[in-house]
Amino acid sequence: MSTLERLLSAGTRPVVTGELPALDTGGVEAVKQRLEGIAPHVDAVNATDNPAAHAHASNVAIAVAIHQLGAEPIMQIVCRDKNRLAIQADVMGAALFGVENICALTGDDVTAGDEPEARRVFDLDGPQLIKVVTGLAEGHYLSGRAIDPAPPLFVGAVENPYAPPLDHRVARALKKSNNGARFLQLQIGYHEDRLEKFVAGCVESGLTERTALLPTVCLTRSARALGFMDEHVAGISVPEESLARVSGAADPAEESYQLTLDLARHALSLPGVSGIHITDFRHDGSVGRLVGDLGLARDADSPSGQEKHAHGSQLAG
Amino acid sequence: MTDLLTRVEDAVKKPVWDCRTCGQCVLHSTGMTCPMTCPKTLRNGPCGGVREDGGCEVKPDMRCVWVKAEERSRTLPLLPHKWREEINHLRPPVDNQLEKTSSWRNLFTGRDRVTPAGWSGEATAADPVDWPLTSMGEFEGPFTTPFHPREG
Repeated sequence: MSTLERLLSAGTRPVVTGELPALDTGGVEAVKQRLEGIAPHVDAVNATDNPAAHAHASNVAIAVAIHQLGAEPIMQIVCRDKNRLAIQADVMGAALFGVENICALTGDDVTAGDEPEARRVFDLDGPQLIKVVTGLAEGHYLSGRAIDPAPPLFVGAVENPYAPPLDHRVARALKKSNNGARFLQLQIGYHEDRLEKFVAGCVESGLTERTALLPTVCLTRSARALGFMDEHVAGISVPEESLARVSGAADPAEESYQLTLDLARHALSLPGVSGIHITDFRHDGSVGRLVGDLGLARDADSPSGQEKHAHGSQLAG
Repeated sequence: MTDLLTRVEDAVKKPVWDCRTCGQCVLHSTGMTCPMTCPKTLRNGPCGGVREDGGCEVKPDMRCVWVKAEERSRTLPLLPHKWREEINHLRPPVDNQLEKTSSWRNLFTGRDRVTPAGWSGEATAADPVDWPLTSMGEFEGPFTTPFHPREG
């Protein structure tokens, strides 16, 4: 059982996950350097898969490196770049090295990236991918061919409670949950009312009894960054008042942090939420500050701190 | 696209639904909105990139296929209740072998409901002795299917 699965199943405290910034070069040492800014503050770290349709060091390589450096990886997989054969091979290859947590995404379109000429694959869609990876965990490929022993996988996915059709998002989350997603990392969002409605719907439908919800907050440092997301990232909208709050502040960088903190506190206050996922565009140590301000800091005395210590010896050393 | 049935189907469905001849039609379960017209060809609901105004991530001027499908699965008159609910069913991965074949024929023969053994959770032998076609034979109907056994 993966550490993430154990923590989410125990439910004794909110679980915190983060994301390793995409990386291209510099050897495993470069992974280690970036990981040091995140891993001590979170329970698990996402290894992204060509985020925003830009090529980078692969999800498999990064997830394996995170694991070997003593942290807990969550390997993201998008449907955009590979067909079902390649994706199953990636999961099995990563599992050989001890990667257990998988997060299945549809993925941004190729037109979001710097190689819009690329062929988009989408041989599987998000919910199908969840079921296929769950099948691997049950001991068979999509073909039915047996895998013995089955890899110990913990399968999750994403959902966007903030994008239309809003009334359909709980049903879509349910489809993912019913087909094997044990956790859902939610899209970055700024509409508290939409998150509330979504989480309430998930609780009411029974989804949260088997699938953990991890809303996502995003650390930014300016109104410009928020405006960029609002304008250029499909599926993310930032309300006028949030933009005004940051742009009108004497110290926009600090106000931007405070906005994120408020959103995180609100998300964690909702019954049915199991933790929080943090994305960081500040790269100034704010992940640690945010986790601390939320009262979720790991220290050597806490059980999670000891766990971290036992697993994270290479990072500490 | 050689035989008559496929051409007739195409002539009917192309103008009305912008049919992409995937050969495994699910229109009835998606509010009579073809999911293959989604730029990502998603068959199980909207991606996370739907714009605030309901526009498609890839083609902002086009209404998201799934926003349309979800709405029409609720509001389209004459749609049987059973079909309305099917929008929430999990549709299996596309069988690319059926592309450009008649979905009508595949419906009548049952060919469009054939999924890999692993999709329904069945594990077969670890050593694939006579894969992959043993389960396909029983679905061969009176029509010639475009399905050719792979060399194994």
